[in-house]
Amino acid sequence: MMASVAARELADGEVVFVGIGLPNLACNLARATHAPRLVLIYESGAVGAVPERLPVSIGDPALVTGSLMVCGMADVFQLLLQNGRVEVGFLGGAQVDRYGNINTTVIGAYARPTVRLPGSGGAAEIAIHAQRTLVVSKLSPRAFPERVDFITSPGHLSGGVPRSQLGMPGAGPVKVITDKAVLEADEATGELVLAALYPGVNASEVQAGVGWPLRCRPRLGRIDPPTTTELRLLRDVLDPKRLHLRG
Amino acid sequence: MRDAVARFVHDGDTVVIEGFTHLICFAAGHEIIRQGRRDLTLCRLTPDLIYDQMIAAGCARKLVFSWAGNPGVGSLHAFRRAVEGKGGPPLEIEEYSHFGMVARFAAGAARLPFWPMRNYMGTDLPAANPRIRHVTCPYTGEALATVPALNPDVTVIHAQRADASGNTQIWGLVGVQKEAAFASARVIVVVEELVEEAVIRSDPNRTAVPAMIVDAVVVEPWGAHPSYAQGYYDRDNDFYVAWEAISRDPGGIARYLDEFVHGVPDRASYLEKHPGLAARLNATARYCPGVNYGF
Repeated sequence: MMASVAARELADGEVVFVGIGLPNLACNLARATHAPRLVLIYESGAVGAVPERLPVSIGDPALVTGSLMVCGMADVFQLLLQNGRVEVGFLGGAQVDRYGNINTTVIGAYARPTVRLPGSGGAAEIAIHAQRTLVVSKLSPRAFPERVDFITSPGHLSGGVPRSQLGMPGAGPVKVITDKAVLEADEATGELVLAALYPGVNASEVQAGVGWPLRCRPRLGRIDPPTTTELRLLRDVLDPKRLHLRG
Repeated sequence: MRDAVARFVHDGDTVVIEGFTHLICFAAGHEIIRQGRRDLTLCRLTPDLIYDQMIAAGCARKLVFSWAGNPGVGSLHAFRRAVEGKGGPPLEIEEYSHFGMVARFAAGAARLPFWPMRNYMGTDLPAANPRIRHVTCPYTGEALATVPALNPDVTVIHAQRADASGNTQIWGLVGVQKEAAFASARVIVVVEELVEEAVIRSDPNRTAVPAMIVDAVVVEPWGAHPSYAQGYYDRDNDFYVAWEAISRDPGGIARYLDEFVHGVPDRASYLEKHPGLAARLNATARYCPGVNYGF
């Protein structure tokens, strides 16, 4: 469900910086359905990748075979990302907060963490530079606290100062795709608000997975379930080994 | 490999074994563990399993990195135990993002003291790492983030092929191999195949590292396993998954190191302990037709 909702956010021909896991699945689903000319960029250096198997890692050899370009990582970050060529950044995170800030660094204090997470990778600069970012994360109060323990990838910070004033070129997180609903950043404050519900889900179930009083759009959207074509592609073609799909 | 590590990797060195998912030289890491190097500052964008093993083996004093996980699987448990204070030798960390690490190598390779970038605004990374600083652009007045040059004592580059003097060609994902090599005081090149200089000269655009910066060339087929070499063998994803269970407790890592690192004298013996690798992982052929270099 999350993969198909995320895939629908991508327009044909867009340039997408792809993270591993669900974003990767969503991008390849979009490419197989409505967006065959989507340009997938992986931080490992593959540009215009057309992986014949679902890449297990961000540096999978299948990303190279048949790509439009393979470049060094200095080129990825300077000539493509910092140059402003990336239209959509796709991020996940252990914690996402009220203003779309993402933590993939530590739970607890930095110097003595309770849980040490992997860190930024390319996420910090993707969050800063991509023209817009989409965030994918499953709802739970631990995953959606009022404030993250550590800002690895900046969203709308605390809503007071606009990102552009801090010199961030990209618009930041516009949507957060969860397993129950889609949240959107409020245009004025950057606060995440409930925008659309999945079939059979009500607003109180979404609130239960979020650690702050969640405001709602005046008119809530309804998300269509995955089509039979999307389900067939996801289950039989893109992820037959269930690397990312569960249930 | 034994001679190259003995001669060029010393206790206390800043050591880089680069390769982004692709071409990670496990053979060199294992030899460094076998020779008992200590107090190393290990730098890599993604420490990967090789640095997890070196941390567990007690080689590392400090880790400089930008993403410390098991790609596609989860955690690096020796790293996590050290940082979360749950056992193992203490480990100092210095953390960047990928762009930050790439920029550090770029500065080091160009022999500049730092590298400017439009980055880190709004993140907590500069607070966690005071070496991430700012400079005011003398032309526009813009505040730019800076990272210091990284100039390793020794860098190990794994590659598909080189000639005997060290002219080295890489294809597939090239990561920061070139920048890391040029930034380093000493360079060890490890290759799948040794070729004649004429082969290098037939395709000069593919040369990433020229012989003038190379101190040693080691021929070590399958030297990157369980990482991979495009056109030679696939990544051993099953081993990356298995590492989760192996590394969850310190005893598991110790048993792994005893059997596959300390328990073998060299890479050839390591490969004897992994029968069937070729059948499972040998790359299928996907040749490009070649280009006309004529004039």
